[in-house]
Amino acid sequence: MTQKLIVIGAGMATGRMLEDLFEAGADVDVTLFNAEPRGNYNRIMLSPVLSGEKNYDEIVTHDADWYAANGVTCRFGERVAAIDRAAKTVTAENGDVLAYDKLVFGTGSNPFMIPLPGHDLEGVIAYRDLEDTTRMMNLGPDNKCVVIGGGLLGLEAAAGMAARGVDVTVVHIMGHLMERQLDEAAGYLLRKALVDKGITVKCAANSKEILGKNGHVKALLLDDGTELPCDLLVMAVGIRPNIKLAQECGLAVGKGIHVDDQMVTSDADVMAVGECVEHDGAIFGLVAPLYDQAKVAAQTLMNARAQFVQKELSTKLKVTGCDLFSAGDFADGEGREDIVFRDPARGVYRRLVIEDKVVKGAVMYGDTADSNWFFGLIRDKTDISEMRDTLIFGPAYQGGTPLDPLAAVAALPRDAEICGCNGICKGQIEDAIAAGASDLGTVRATTKASGSCGTCTGLVEQVLAVTLGDDFVVPAAASICGCTDMTHEDVRRMIKSQRLTSMAAVWQECRWKTSCGCHVCRPALNFYLLADWPLDYQDDPQSRFINERKHANIQKDGTFSVVPRMWGGITTPDELRAIADAADKYAVPTVKVTGGQRIDLLGVKGEDLPEIWADLNAAGMVSGHAYSKGLRTVKTCVGTDHCRFGTQDSTGLGIKLEKELWGSWTPHKLKLAVSGCPRNCAEATCKDIGVVCVDSGYQISIGGAAGMDVRETELLVQVATEEDAIDVIKAVTQLYRENAKYLDRIYKWMNKVGLDWIKDRVEAERDALVARFELSQSIYRKDPWAEHAREKAQSYKPLANLALEAAE
Amino acid sequence: MSDWIDIAPLEDIPKRGARMVKTALGCVAVFRTAEDEVFALDNACPHKAGPLAEGIVHGTSVTCPLHNWVISLETGKAQGNDEGQVATYPARVEQGRILLERSFLRARTAA
Ligand code: SRM
Ligand SMILES: Cc1cc2nc3c(=O)[nH]c(=O)nc-3n(C[C@H](O)[C@H](O)[C@H](O)COP(=O)(O)OP(=O)(O)OC[C@H]3O[C@@H](n4cnc5c(N)ncnc54)[C@H](O)[C@@H]3O)c2cc1C
Ligand code: SF4
Ligand code: FES
Repeated sequence: MTQKLIVIGAGMATGRMLEDLFEAGADVDVTLFNAEPRGNYNRIMLSPVLSGEKNYDEIVTHDADWYAANGVTCRFGERVAAIDRAAKTVTAENGDVLAYDKLVFGTGSNPFMIPLPGHDLEGVIAYRDLEDTTRMMNLGPDNKCVVIGGGLLGLEAAAGMAARGVDVTVVHIMGHLMERQLDEAAGYLLRKALVDKGITVKCAANSKEILGKNGHVKALLLDDGTELPCDLLVMAVGIRPNIKLAQECGLAVGKGIHVDDQMVTSDADVMAVGECVEHDGAIFGLVAPLYDQAKVAAQTLMNARAQFVQKELSTKLKVTGCDLFSAGDFADGEGREDIVFRDPARGVYRRLVIEDKVVKGAVMYGDTADSNWFFGLIRDKTDISEMRDTLIFGPAYQGGTPLDPLAAVAALPRDAEICGCNGICKGQIEDAIAAGASDLGTVRATTKASGSCGTCTGLVEQVLAVTLGDDFVVPAAASICGCTDMTHEDVRRMIKSQRLTSMAAVWQECRWKTSCGCHVCRPALNFYLLADWPLDYQDDPQSRFINERKHANIQKDGTFSVVPRMWGGITTPDELRAIADAADKYAVPTVKVTGGQRIDLLGVKGEDLPEIWADLNAAGMVSGHAYSKGLRTVKTCVGTDHCRFGTQDSTGLGIKLEKELWGSWTPHKLKLAVSGCPRNCAEATCKDIGVVCVDSGYQISIGGAAGMDVRETELLVQVATEEDAIDVIKAVTQLYRENAKYLDRIYKWMNKVGLDWIKDRVEAERDALVARFELSQSIYRKDPWAEHAREKAQSYKPLANLALEAAE
Repeated sequence: MSDWIDIAPLEDIPKRGARMVKTALGCVAVFRTAEDEVFALDNACPHKAGPLAEGIVHGTSVTCPLHNWVISLETGKAQGNDEGQVATYPARVEQGRILLERSFLRARTAA
């Protein structure tokens, strides 16, 4: 007997199910409802329609002829309003009541709209159907659009509109794009490609409010106060299974409509397929599993036995020029090994995660030609031990020469700057080599490259190696750590010359061998990036040693020490009282006068830090940065104020210097002192930078130390005024920040580049260096204690207290 | 039967970071990796009881803040040439929430 089948929703899943039924010759009489005023079409191809690569007609999967040929009664533009399962009828919107033998839900899902203030303004849309797509297609070069959501859908929407000349900004809450499918490295490459298409990408950005005018969207306001004007705002932040109707008629639902392995719901005569279902705890958002469900549902309707099994999924992005692929589980893990391959020149990144001789997951960017082969290995759990060495190169690659570690340098363009001091580009070095230079000495003699500060020596040698091939052997230099073959100096040069402004950029362009660095390289990279790009790079607390992350020195028992600043060693009775009060209030076990002319409160509990800071702040005191690779103290002596020998106001200059330099991060700690006369009571000649006042002015000397090595400073310059002294000190500090290796104090750096080079640079570029120092200080000259006490206090508390819980 | 306690939303721990959970029997460090996995370990380094929650997290390891031992978050074992192990506890993320297993936390003195 002919089975009366009613299908709710003409989507991708039900379309496939009907095809399977008719192809198998099933004896069914189908009525197909669809809320959208049209039949089945290939929803995923809306993106090529948006970008103009296809038109709507090309993506229709079933046309009027097909429905007619298969006797399908089409009720498009009509919603099913209610279901009576006892009577086995459905009620259409217009009140028609229709009986069924079997009912199939294919209601898909609803886009999630963040309930931001203003989300109901005209011009705020989702990206789900042809109507949304048409809204976006109506924009052109005169329009601006903001897309909230940097996942698959949001990026396809953004790229499609950008292709039409629209000025698009993507706002994404997470640190990198498509974070569920991609790791940071691939996310970085994707971002780069989208930016190249003219799209503005804002990651780690929180939306606060949608602003409107006359009921129409006008702009998106972010948490940080940025206003992004727009004519249309697209929210693509996720989907929720559309279960309302199923719930109303009493079917078992959770996140989606519950189905068993045969796609049957809690009612034996009702089935469900597609994004509206929940199977074994999982819900679905890609078509591959939906097609499997459709096949199973068709079999079940024909009383054949079939079983839906969840499989590994893979993701691709349909944006021309952004080839990416992600599949399986690519989290790090014990017993899991990473194979990482990076080709910065081609913008290629591949990462495989291997466990127990099997590929568990893969992320690829740039070249995804082999993605299906890798996906097959994951799905079939193929034993890869035989091909492990060459696996990463893909199926075509067997044996062959190992990858050239110099490829990164080989790929640099001729105009890439190699030697910053002398402005020498790669091309000039190649020319010198062509003209006969065959080693570092001759290159240096003819081009001056690496002849000044010397930090580019490694790169120059690599250019030699690339150009001369086997004729040149690069002298081995110590790399930063096991994550890379490059030295600190090489990486610093790459950061500058290639304008690398994020950690992920460095990992990719410098071919890091690990996915996210280690405790040795991350703090160094964090410093280099913030020193070179103070405005673009955001400090990463997770890449800092605990002392700098929590702005206090960790003690051997896990407590902390707190050292407030005492500018130039000067304090007041009020400050001392506040310190005494804080010591009492927080039961500080030890209060000590330090060797840096200030007071240390030792043994403070981590949880109490924000409160003790707030108390000290209230008395006008700020962080002393006793924990930082940054400015520590400026020691002073009493100078002309009191001392009978004083020649200048050493205390005053010390305070000024400390107020100008505080908060700045440096490669290692930076200590200063100002003595009022050559008797040198402030011990200025064993500091990183020391000032000794004399009748005719200020002698500024650098490179002292009194720790593991004891060094006397050497004279940099003598100047006549305080202003000059301050400027020279800022300039030399900036030169040190820009050029030294992380964890080299000034004396070590000076040994490498030479005092003469430092003198020349400070003399020639003083104003520019001071300007760059000031630019950086516009961000960093602030009290981190106040900021943490205000905004991060919660993070100092335990995440939870289960003390009572476990004691029960 | 396992019995999971809801601790906090995942976002309360930064990526490549950790926070500490107090229990009657001492502190447990809960870590979040770059890939959003969570791990729970005793907050005491096998070397000299350094607070692991304050370390730098990389891959699925943490470097102790006191003397740089590297500890596997999965097994609690010291890596490289160092020897020692700290107790680990079941932890997982469900719908954006961090869950810890109650009976393990109670049994931790035995570990
Ligand atoms: C508190 C203080 C000792 C004191 O009680 O006086 C101190 C304490 C520490 N010093 Fe120091 N140094 C202190 C003045 C000095 C001085 C004297 C000075 O600055 O006039 C020196 C020699 C001068 C110099 O730096 O050249 C000094 C040379 C060192 C060194 C060796 C540096 C070197 O390059 O050789 C280290 C180790 C390091 O930095 O790697 C160090 C490291 C340390 C650390 C941070 C060790 C650590 O990593 O935990 C100590 C932190 C103790 C704590 O938990 O608070 N401390 N340290 C002094 C704080 C001064 C301040 O107010 O900020
Ligand atoms: C722009 C875009 C790009 C995508 N790209 C990809 C991709 O590259 N790869 C991939 O795998 N997936 C992609 N997807 C996801 C994929 O399109 C969905 O997974 C798939 O369409 C879901 O199929 P479905 O049949 O469950 O639901 P849908 O295709 O959404 O169909 C459900 C239908 O039911 C109708 N309906 C709902 N309630 C009722 C009711 N009460 N009465 C009558 N009708 C109703 C709706 O109007 C809708 O037409 C993309 C999605 C979008 C929007
Ligand atoms: S001298 Fe050594 S023990 Fe004393 S404070 Fe400095 S680092 Fe610590
Ligand atoms: S206490 Fe952890 S390394 Fe010493």
